[in-house]
Amino acid sequence: MNFLTWGTDPWGQEVLIRISWDLLYVASVLGILFVGAHAVWLAFFVQEEAEAVDEAALAGVPEKVARHSLASRVFHWVMAAAMLALLLTGFLPVIGIQFPWVTIHWVAGVVLTLSVIYHTIHATFWLGLSAMLVGPKDISDAVSRFKRSIGQDAPAPRKHGKYPLENRLYHHAITLTGGLVIVTGILMMFRIDTPLWARDPYIFTDPTWGMIYVVHGLSAVSLVTLVIAHIYFGIRPEKRWITWSMVWGWIDRRHYVEHHDPEQWAARSEGSSGQR
Amino acid sequence: MAVIRDMMPAFELFQPATVEDAAALLREHGEQAWVMAGGLDSFDWFKDRVKRPSVVVDLGGVDALKGIESTADGLEIGAMTPLTDVVRHPDIRERYGLLQQAAELVASPQIRNQGTIGGNNSQDTRCWYYRDGWTCYRADGNICYADTPTSMNREHAIFGADRCVAVNPSDTAPALVALDAQMVVQTAGGERLMDAADYFIGPSIDITRMTILEPGDLLTAIRIPSTWAGATFYFEKVRDRQVWDFPLVNVATALRVSGSTIEDARVAVNGVAPYPMRLTAVEDALRGGSRDEATAERAGDLAVRGARALRHNGYKIPLMRNLVKRSIRAEA
Repeated sequence: MNFLTWGTDPWGQEVLIRISWDLLYVASVLGILFVGAHAVWLAFFVQEEAEAVDEAALAGVPEKVARHSLASRVFHWVMAAAMLALLLTGFLPVIGIQFPWVTIHWVAGVVLTLSVIYHTIHATFWLGLSAMLVGPKDISDAVSRFKRSIGQDAPAPRKHGKYPLENRLYHHAITLTGGLVIVTGILMMFRIDTPLWARDPYIFTDPTWGMIYVVHGLSAVSLVTLVIAHIYFGIRPEKRWITWSMVWGWIDRRHYVEHHDPEQWAARSEGSSGQR
Repeated sequence: MAVIRDMMPAFELFQPATVEDAAALLREHGEQAWVMAGGLDSFDWFKDRVKRPSVVVDLGGVDALKGIESTADGLEIGAMTPLTDVVRHPDIRERYGLLQQAAELVASPQIRNQGTIGGNNSQDTRCWYYRDGWTCYRADGNICYADTPTSMNREHAIFGADRCVAVNPSDTAPALVALDAQMVVQTAGGERLMDAADYFIGPSIDITRMTILEPGDLLTAIRIPSTWAGATFYFEKVRDRQVWDFPLVNVATALRVSGSTIEDARVAVNGVAPYPMRLTAVEDALRGGSRDEATAERAGDLAVRGARALRHNGYKIPLMRNLVKRSIRAEA
């Protein structure tokens, strides 16, 4: 198996071209292995710990707790559609399904870029970034949660804020890989004809272009693994209430009380002016 | 141009005697196998040491792939039929003169003796950056050396470029497209029949191939229906060296004319795109029109609509316009 693909430039020098497509298969297998291992682990090794719900606490919580504003949901699904379009148009030709993919690919890339710019502004100035931060307590809570799940003694972890730790870690992984794939993708658009700017393959040297292609490829195959994991968690029965909240914008009060800490994330009624 | 080194890298040579054996060998060796017809494209690649297949399947001994036969609806030409045989065949000369004219303008008599109709249609592009062994898009790289601000791209595409700007160099391909020919391809899943126009693919579909043939596939025959038999034909090829050369632009036109009215038309050009281009908009404009100077002028203008020149090939636009124009107004 190769990790990188090399070619020869006009001066006879070996030059980096891109990653080896073997890595696409590695990323896909890793994603499938992760999904299989996680499903087996949950089915056979995790001891379910029933969370006690304080019935009195339910009374003070709106029936529908707002979780995602319409703007956030539209962003999520636009980004998801663009990401899937990018992965399909980028990788189907690699596995032998040939079609005119380049235009669809760069247009989807532009849609992804615009949606991420919108999300960055929206999240920075309207949603706030604190809900996404990961601190030491989150790690100790995660360790406690894991120990308790396999039957070991550990202090009771805190409930989550708006986003569970897994959500936040996944978001950061997507931010890193998505950011890299977007930046390198925009640069690669200088090598093809688009109405956006004049094509100029000479803005970088061949070795620099090689590095750009490698970073783009590595980020893209990492996204294959991440997207497999994301879809898997999105359709798992015990996680579907989170997935539905990305459709309808709210979670029910029982899930709120069961999983979330009002100190870290105060409940607001779905449809209230404070919904973000 | 690459330096011919006259020493080919070693490969395992197979010389099957039947189509079945040839197809089995190609399936067995997949991407490692190189299909060799007349060898005129193949030996350039091998001697330049740019292509280094580990297995070469020489079709020269497969007699079933040679010859021209009349069928219930036209002709069937074996893929390994030499171009000279195509040129000399009485039925082709009499009824399908477009193909005869095109084949007769391929290279030199010696090359036409050795070169085959299948090979002429399946040959790789002549882009010298690619053939020199540089790792361009077509060679699985990430750049087109022929489409940079300083490239020498006089022979390259004015249509259909998608990252790669190489053109299809075949003379017989546009004639086959204009004659509504069909290609018979042996694949792992059995025999496939496709229109000649669909046999050729551009870089937007697959940037590393000129035809629809995938590893393991074999072009076995070309069928020419009687649709255009005896029509009014015109083939013209413009090249740098009149002795023998690849086309800068060629045009193949078939017209059904009644009186001075064009009842139906087929117009195809090559050397301007990565595939032989059938000009359907021109054909639509010609249908029902009178065969005169004004119609020819309009056809020429329509033919080059959307053309996009590179730095050094702007001359191809008026050249193509005039060739199409001449093909319409020429007397039969």
